[in-house]
Amino acid sequence: MSFKSFLSAALVALPIAATLPASYAQQPANTEIQSLLKSSFKTRSIAKVERLDQSELQQQCSAYATSPMPEALKKSLEQKALASVKYPADGRYLGDWKRGERIAQSGVGMQFSDSEKTVNGGNCYACHQLAKAELSYGNIGPALYNYGKLRGNTEPILKYTWARIWNAHAFNACNIMPRYGDAAILTEDQIRDVMALLLDPASPVNQ
Amino acid sequence: MKTGKTFLAGLLTLGGLLSAPGVALAQNTQAEIERYRQMLGDGNPAELLVMRGEGLWKQKRGPKQVSLETCDLGKGPGVLQGAYAELPRYFADTDTVMDAESRLVHCMVTLQGIARADAVKNPFSGTGQRQTDIEALVAFVVEESRGETINVPQKHPKEIAAYQRGEKIFFYRAGPYDFSCASCHAEDGKRIRLQDLPNLLKPEPAQRAFATWPAYRVSQGAMRTMQWRLYDCFRQQRFPEMDFISPASVDLITYLGVRAQGGKMDSPAIKR
Repeated sequence: MSFKSFLSAALVALPIAATLPASYAQQPANTEIQSLLKSSFKTRSIAKVERLDQSELQQQCSAYATSPMPEALKKSLEQKALASVKYPADGRYLGDWKRGERIAQSGVGMQFSDSEKTVNGGNCYACHQLAKAELSYGNIGPALYNYGKLRGNTEPILKYTWARIWNAHAFNACNIMPRYGDAAILTEDQIRDVMALLLDPASPVNQ
Repeated sequence: MKTGKTFLAGLLTLGGLLSAPGVALAQNTQAEIERYRQMLGDGNPAELLVMRGEGLWKQKRGPKQVSLETCDLGKGPGVLQGAYAELPRYFADTDTVMDAESRLVHCMVTLQGIARADAVKNPFSGTGQRQTDIEALVAFVVEESRGETINVPQKHPKEIAAYQRGEKIFFYRAGPYDFSCASCHAEDGKRIRLQDLPNLLKPEPAQRAFATWPAYRVSQGAMRTMQWRLYDCFRQQRFPEMDFISPASVDLITYLGVRAQGGKMDSPAIKR
């Protein structure tokens, strides 16, 4: 953070702090919260207690959850996220939309009730509308019905969509979507299949 | 339970509810649960658990063979009415902030001489299993606050500190999914699939959420407590396993309770 943005952040924070009772002024430090959480949770199955250690991205996104993030910090998180994206080495972006649909429907994986053998789902329908036939979709993310029909599947669209699935913070730091590639939630092949669900002209998403 | 008949009718409705075709079911779940509630009238399957909890409360148990009737839930020994609506709160005897479930465990340990490890072992019943003693006791205790105004205190410095830590926990993003509580509970009108998500930063939805836990979960055929609610949210958040009545859980419940200030307890409720 530059001195200027630090100063403006301090000036913004000041009047808010002044309106709170004195006892509320002392906010708990992040390290205190982290050790509190670590003493309150335990490893079970694949969900190790180390998951409570925050990455820089997680820490900054938490710190600015209720106040605007300085533009420079946001830009730097976005650049790092974009740099994390691994594009397919063979240049093949699209897999099988039918498998993609199954991945989009599946919400299992990475919970303490799962095991190493669980094949992770993408759980896309939890937050997005995709194929029109599926009426049980969430609305935390934007509707993606006709995603490919509206955009086509030119190289820039393929690359952008791949990166968005791999690490959505590249385009909008601290948004809610999980980093499907960067956090190894889905494999490269699974991402190809989800890509096909979004972009294959034959996919029900584009009907 | 008022009558066995209404309960039976309710179960039959429930059977129909669960066997209906998928999409229609999902769309109509809320309406069906509303209808189910109305059919039950004043009844709720959790009432059976409330009765069992009352029995456990009054029964001489544990190595010391005493009842829980002198347990102090914050409003004095044995005072039940309105106690849950003011929890979590600071207790001088333990010098900590405790929620209802922590305090019940404390009373089982100190009054009845039950080993703490036994009291906290398997706090939540599994699918199709008999509900646990602690679930039954919570059901009884919360029933005694029905209609009472939520008033989680913020007087003692430790109560204030618990709230502040709870707020940080609410916004703490971690794990492979980068989720915090706020990922799902900080905006209006959001859903996962067809399940509505309360915006817990706004008074009205925060009040309704706090007022209706514990709740009888129709889909699980069991009453679930506030500790369970957090435990299962964290599972879906891809966090490690939350320890029952852990300090972080009490802090988070304090945060949620204070944000729900002024709501009216209506628990055990009935949910999907």
